[in-house]
Amino acid sequence: MKFPISVTLNGRPYRREVEPRQLLVHLIRDLGGVTGTKIGCDTSQCGACTVLLDGVAIKSCTALAVQADGTSITTIEGLAGDGQLHPLQEAFWNKHGLQCGYCTPGMILAAHELLRTNPQPSDDQIRHGLEGNMCRCTGYQNIIRAVREAAAAMRRKG
Amino acid sequence: MSTRVFGSGIRRREDPRLITGAATYTDDYTLPDMVHMVLLRSPHAHARIKRIDTTRAKAAPGVVAVFIGTDVEGALNPMPCAWLVPNSNLKVAGYPCIAKDMVRYVGDIVAAVVAESPYQATDALDLIVVDYEPLPAVIDPEKAKQSGAPQVHSNVENNVAFHWTVTGGDVDGTFQKADVVIKERIVQQRLIPNAMEPRSALAHWSGASGELTLWNTTQNPHIARFLCSVVTGVPEDKLRVIATEVGGGFGSKIPAYPADFITVFCAKKLNRPVKWTESRRENFQGTTHGRDHIQDVELAATKDGKVLGIKATSYSGMGAYLSTAAPGIPTILHGLMLSGPYDIAAIREDVYGIYTNGTPVEAYRGAGRPEATFILERLMDMLAAKLGMDPIDLRKKNFIPKFENGHTVATGLSYDSGNYAGALQKLVDHVAYKDLRRQQAEDRKKGRYLGIGISTYVEICGLGPSQVAGAVGFQGGLWESAIVRFHPTGKVNVFIGANPHGQGEETTFAQIVAEEIGVDVNDVKVIHGDTQTTPMGWGTYGSRTTAVGGAALVMATRKVKEKAKVIAAHLLEAAVEDMDYKDGKFFVKGSPDKAKTIQDIALMANVAWNMPAGVEAGLEASSFYDPPNFTYPFGAHLAVVELDPETGQIDVRRYVAVDDCGPQINPVIVEGQVHGGVVQGIGQALWEGAVYDENGQLLTGSMLDYALPRADRLPDMEVLSTVTPSPHHPIGVKGIGEAGTIASTAAVYNAVIDALSPFGVQTIRMPVTPERAFNAIQEAKAGRR
Ligand code: FES
Ligand code: FES
Repeated sequence: MKFPISVTLNGRPYRREVEPRQLLVHLIRDLGGVTGTKIGCDTSQCGACTVLLDGVAIKSCTALAVQADGTSITTIEGLAGDGQLHPLQEAFWNKHGLQCGYCTPGMILAAHELLRTNPQPSDDQIRHGLEGNMCRCTGYQNIIRAVREAAAAMRRKG
Repeated sequence: MSTRVFGSGIRRREDPRLITGAATYTDDYTLPDMVHMVLLRSPHAHARIKRIDTTRAKAAPGVVAVFIGTDVEGALNPMPCAWLVPNSNLKVAGYPCIAKDMVRYVGDIVAAVVAESPYQATDALDLIVVDYEPLPAVIDPEKAKQSGAPQVHSNVENNVAFHWTVTGGDVDGTFQKADVVIKERIVQQRLIPNAMEPRSALAHWSGASGELTLWNTTQNPHIARFLCSVVTGVPEDKLRVIATEVGGGFGSKIPAYPADFITVFCAKKLNRPVKWTESRRENFQGTTHGRDHIQDVELAATKDGKVLGIKATSYSGMGAYLSTAAPGIPTILHGLMLSGPYDIAAIREDVYGIYTNGTPVEAYRGAGRPEATFILERLMDMLAAKLGMDPIDLRKKNFIPKFENGHTVATGLSYDSGNYAGALQKLVDHVAYKDLRRQQAEDRKKGRYLGIGISTYVEICGLGPSQVAGAVGFQGGLWESAIVRFHPTGKVNVFIGANPHGQGEETTFAQIVAEEIGVDVNDVKVIHGDTQTTPMGWGTYGSRTTAVGGAALVMATRKVKEKAKVIAAHLLEAAVEDMDYKDGKFFVKGSPDKAKTIQDIALMANVAWNMPAGVEAGLEASSFYDPPNFTYPFGAHLAVVELDPETGQIDVRRYVAVDDCGPQINPVIVEGQVHGGVVQGIGQALWEGAVYDENGQLLTGSMLDYALPRADRLPDMEVLSTVTPSPHHPIGVKGIGEAGTIASTAAVYNAVIDALSPFGVQTIRMPVTPERAFNAIQEAKAGRR
């Protein structure tokens, strides 16, 4: 049995018939060829699949596609506006906050959530805010630096 | 150019595609008419397969085909082992791509299901009926060697895959006459690499041309092509392996895997593109693990602290089959490194490679060298404690003195250059070591238990001269290649055989070209990871990409420069000997204002209107660089941990690294490599470890159960360096990919023991979880009562 849903992905509307068991992350990766949202685990640990659902970060491997019916989803591809990198993207680049890049889309969107709820986090708060996202390459330190820089840049922009 | 780009921490060229989600990893590709493969893996560690019934699975919705062991027999050759360590009586047991009569570890492949969607394929897996007869299993490599242990392969007696020894100097005599002998048992627990990108393969077969394209998560696409050809029979010239974006590897993406070749088999058989991507759970079971040694080690010394000898016996678990490079890791990359940075006259190690019913083991970051460092650094601290010496002083007393061009150690290796005392001194000064110790003593009086741990290391990397590779049984070469191609507009494409997957060589290699020939770093694009476009190379592992591939690139660029000079001389109507070069400009000595830029020359070479007699058109060169020796980076690390004796909780409070990888092309990238490496080593000391039950079930089979390092458990690291160039490398660089991991496990462990010692705890198993630390304290207390 399939259910009709409609979602907006990075500003573009889609209508699909989905199986009730389909994971949201699979829907996103299948929808329009945007594959920046990654899958790193099957136990909701790694955060590689983090997206914004109506502006709030969720692990999209932990939601069903049907639960996203009527929502607006932002993935890493939708974060940059008008060809301008988001301050978080810019800061990850500036601070060498990524190596293989596999965790990066999820990491950036998790950091987005952190700064949405706490625009001026301490390093400790950044570390705690990102504990649900795993990176095997960077040892996290440059990610912390990047989020700190992005926070400052975003505060300046207001 | 005014500012030198070599040595500056410029932003990475690879990042724009990665931070915007535009990068395409293997699983991101979708081909028309593509179907999906999933694998049925054994739930038993050791069992006989009595019967497999796939009838219902084949009839399930969307299922295209189901294949079992008998279906691939004859079509897929057995998996080869590619590191046949000599003089070790190596026994390579049969390793079929799909198990037919026997399964030997939890995760052994039993069947493959291909369906229109991954969901349908997964549904059908449950419909396959396998009748197993479970057999006793063995996981512990020492127990596996004992008589009466379950036999993993019927034709490998006592499960001994090989027995290798290294000897230098008079070991027995040394131990007899020594004032002090220290003994320890070290367990290097099994680790699970967990690159964040799961492994994946996508095979596209073109029946008409007989050509196969394989997108694959591999650190070494050319080796993957070679081994794929060996196993699947597709000729190498008709095989293309693409691995342009790989999400970390740490060794686990070096070897060839049955799953990839089954994907190829299915694509050929069904004449449709087939994709397989492992789940994380599958990754835990089916992708190679690391370490797994039980070691009895001994050190002999004089009473004033001069180390005379090292003796070790290692039972090294190989898992159920020999993975591609597995036998070389506990032997060549480990035993030969037992002198470390120290002057030690007598060294012996016996290494038994043992088959067990665990997942096959492979290289994992550091691969053999962290284990060698651990032995030495642990024994050094134990000796210091026994003699009442400070661990720093003891190390200084035993270091090989500074050398710039060659030093041979007892195991026969000839180190390139080193200044071990220099690195340690920098560390000591940076942390104000004496004050740190004083502070520790004061804190202890107040009931705060800090531990300070040191680790110094030297590692063998930049693998390596091919002649040595052959001599030590590596079934391949270890040179690297590069092509430098100038386009008419002066833009440059660099094609390399190695395959960076996070280490940043798209940037650092552009910096090399900019340094050598004066082009803008942004005018250089580095291409890797596609066997169709890149020259042969042996891959990215063993901290060798910059050390070996970077040298190939320097050589290729210098060839281009020589040719450019000839063309410039011709255009300026001067003799080649009279030419000078600076910052991308060629001019007659003394007249820099009348110069030809490298861009002028690239244009002329490409249009070839006016070339010197006998000089070919085009501005391009390639180099195949076979290094004359390995490189030997080194360093000194220090960790400060805090122990809560009430709960056993241990936190890393401070971490300082001093590493010497020679001149740094991009210090920001070097620092990033150290960060990542250190954290993986901390992970081993405190959190990570594969746990199997007595039946061979992997209990730590998910990210819920296997504790990977997380952001909130780590301190900021302080990363420093010294610079000692390698004398044999064209630009002196040594390699930094593994240094952090090699040093940090021992540094943290030594700090842990330092913190636990007031409670009488002198040894403890890794990972040192709160439970273990708490129990050790309780046991020590009970023992004292
Ligand atoms: S894939 Fe969603 S948390 Fe790992
Ligand atoms: S950059 Fe590789 S996992 Fe984070």
